[in-house]
Amino acid sequence: MRKSRWLTMVALVGVLTLVAAACSKDNGGGGGSTGSSGASGSAIDCDTVQFGCVVYGPGEPIRVGTLLAISGDVATLGVDSVHGVELAIDHLDGKFDATPGQLLGHDVTLQQEDDLCSKEGGQSGATKLAADPTIAFVIGTSCSSAALGVADTILSDKGTILISPSNTAAGLTAPSQHQPFYLRTAQNDAIQAKVVSDFVFTKLGFTKAATIHDESPYAAGLTGGFKTFFEGLGGTVTDEEAITSTDTDFKPLLTSIAQTHPQLIYLPDFNPACALIAIQAQDIPDLKGVALMGSDGCGASTFFDQAGSAGDGFYLSGPIASPGSTTSALSDEYNAAYKDQFGSPTADFNANAFDAFNVVTDAIKTVAIQGSDGSLSIPRVALKDAVFQTVDFAGLSGTLTCISTGDCQAPGAVNIGVYQAPDAPVNPATPDAKPIFNEQLTLAEALGQ
Amino acid sequence: MAGAAREAIPRRAVGRLSGLPTRRIIQWVLGIAVVVGAALGASKTLALNTFSASAWRDLVVFGVAQGAIYALIALGYSMVYGVLRMINFAHGEVFMAGAFSSYFVARTLDHSGFLDDNPIVALLILLLVAMAGSVGVAVLLERVAYRRLRGATRLVPLITAIGASLFLQNTARGFFGAQTRGYPTPEILGGSWTIFGVPILRAQVIVIVVALVSVVGLSLFVARTRTGKSMRAVAEDKEIASLMGIDVDRVIVTTFVIGGMLAGVAAILFAIVFQVVGPFMGFIPGIKAFTAAVLGGIGSIAGAALGGLLLGLLESVGPSLFLTGFHIPGPNQLRDVIAFAILVLVLIFRPGGILGAGDAEKV
Repeated sequence: MRKSRWLTMVALVGVLTLVAAACSKDNGGGGGSTGSSGASGSAIDCDTVQFGCVVYGPGEPIRVGTLLAISGDVATLGVDSVHGVELAIDHLDGKFDATPGQLLGHDVTLQQEDDLCSKEGGQSGATKLAADPTIAFVIGTSCSSAALGVADTILSDKGTILISPSNTAAGLTAPSQHQPFYLRTAQNDAIQAKVVSDFVFTKLGFTKAATIHDESPYAAGLTGGFKTFFEGLGGTVTDEEAITSTDTDFKPLLTSIAQTHPQLIYLPDFNPACALIAIQAQDIPDLKGVALMGSDGCGASTFFDQAGSAGDGFYLSGPIASPGSTTSALSDEYNAAYKDQFGSPTADFNANAFDAFNVVTDAIKTVAIQGSDGSLSIPRVALKDAVFQTVDFAGLSGTLTCISTGDCQAPGAVNIGVYQAPDAPVNPATPDAKPIFNEQLTLAEALGQ
Repeated sequence: MAGAAREAIPRRAVGRLSGLPTRRIIQWVLGIAVVVGAALGASKTLALNTFSASAWRDLVVFGVAQGAIYALIALGYSMVYGVLRMINFAHGEVFMAGAFSSYFVARTLDHSGFLDDNPIVALLILLLVAMAGSVGVAVLLERVAYRRLRGATRLVPLITAIGASLFLQNTARGFFGAQTRGYPTPEILGGSWTIFGVPILRAQVIVIVVALVSVVGLSLFVARTRTGKSMRAVAEDKEIASLMGIDVDRVIVTTFVIGGMLAGVAAILFAIVFQVVGPFMGFIPGIKAFTAAVLGGIGSIAGAALGGLLLGLLESVGPSLFLTGFHIPGPNQLRDVIAFAILVLVLIFRPGGILGAGDAEKV
């Protein structure tokens, strides 16, 4: 009797603690999406405008959310982007000196969430960030699967900007699916698919290829785009297969593909699948002489750790940062600062993250309302409009202009390069590797318009 | 005659389609549909002749090797079920623990070059470390999670096992990080041996041989030794066994130890073939092995081995054999569908599994 009563008390206390924890407010800012419009008498009334404003009191830090893949097998991608953002915060004072700068007199702090490179992660992370009214904007997601229909919708519904450094799936900025508060500084994968098919058909001279995707919007977009462009050039896709990213045994699949006699297998998936396929393909005698190719999902330092010498000869495509003439000096400083503070980059998108942060903070500088007491109000819709009106922004990844569908593309074209392992810049052993092939295309050129 | 037959029909059947055994009919129809579909697919695929004989041979060998790993893990499930009448869902994590504990030793041996210089000794060391790791976790599980629940209703230990599984996965994740890591393997394991004129990968030969030796060894142990006899007695009836003077606790711990040892062996074999380890690596093989154990007849050693082999073969050969003929794009995605369809088929006609006792109530 006694024991069960005591247990009931403990259980009750536990439940009450959980309820109290859930109901407590998260401190950090003015705590509310509405606030005074400031003594300067601006035309925007934060109380009535749609989605209101993000308000920071005097001395309170501006909070920026990040929703990136910071754990698991794709952590190399997300952590690399976080480093790009951290360098951007460092550079707010104009110098890369490992001390964070300030934006409009306020410190900037990061609220890091994990997108888990999956729909579930995108949903939970975005919900958490959307519920926090002190988040000015969010940099994310790492993987298109976490954004498409999930994080982009959740954050757009709250009027919070979501700007991605590495989402490349074409669907995210397709007019029918684009969410109003979503942008990206990464390339649209239609371009990468075109470059890959050009490489395979014209540079390698292959006419038969097979594809393997892992059902994510990113991979499926690339293999679908590859098929369209490759067949347009006159090639044939002999087999289209799919895997699950958690599979470990690919030998039956590879045997099956080998029977269709492709000259190359295009597998724009993630690690460890890419590394495992590279290792296991060596054990299939029918695949002797068949080339393997992946894209930026495979292009991470984990590929070289996991595949080792079995990965030699694997082709990797990925974006090459093409800073304009005004930013090439900055690019050198940035690369030196990155190496100094974080070692060699582990993925291809840290410069895009740097640019994403700066595109939005530049817009904040134009629309923020500064109160005479040192407070800061950022109207959400005005900020979004300002970001979408970004023209000729001198970024590290290129000269960016944001268009209404959310692509912040360099109108002077995106540069996609192809490397051959082990000579790839994401390999810690060859950080300065040069591409064996590269092509610069605009989105319109890629789509043949 | 007719009158006697009518009396034999149970009451509730009267008035329901005049006593037709509808459930049986549906079962048979489903069963025949699956078999006919499979046969049709197979014949069409073979008629297409896109796969060379060597390709089929390779697929069979891959299936046997994969099945051998499943069989070793399934043995753990089967034995624990036999003795405790409980499905130990945390067994996949026992397997993972063995892989991880040997991973750190393997990495050290690789750095110092010992792994490539003395591969046989190194592999034996790794085997012992993996077995130790798995056994440690298995015994811990039994002591902490399962011992108190001996008398509880069947569902309680099941839920506890699932909870333990999640706990172990996330503890490993917390300690070691969520990413998968490459497992270093000695160089001599690359390449293949030609056995009876068939080139088989060296790693796979080792897997098949070791698994075979383990299964045979285990069967002999259970059949011939005294501990084995105690295990069989406890499996048959715990209470009578304890009345006969058998220390039931000790036998149960022994069962977990043996299951853990086999999982450790499976971990090393998995690491050699796939060369990756990660905190969640035990989850899917655990489910597959459980399926294999049920397929073969849970509670029986031969059943687990047979089920593992069959599941491996179905996964490997199944998609290519049954689905290519129907021109289904990307057939390998559907390999789980095939495997589980066959499982359902078997369970419809033999609810206890292929070699099982025919008793359908497992939980």
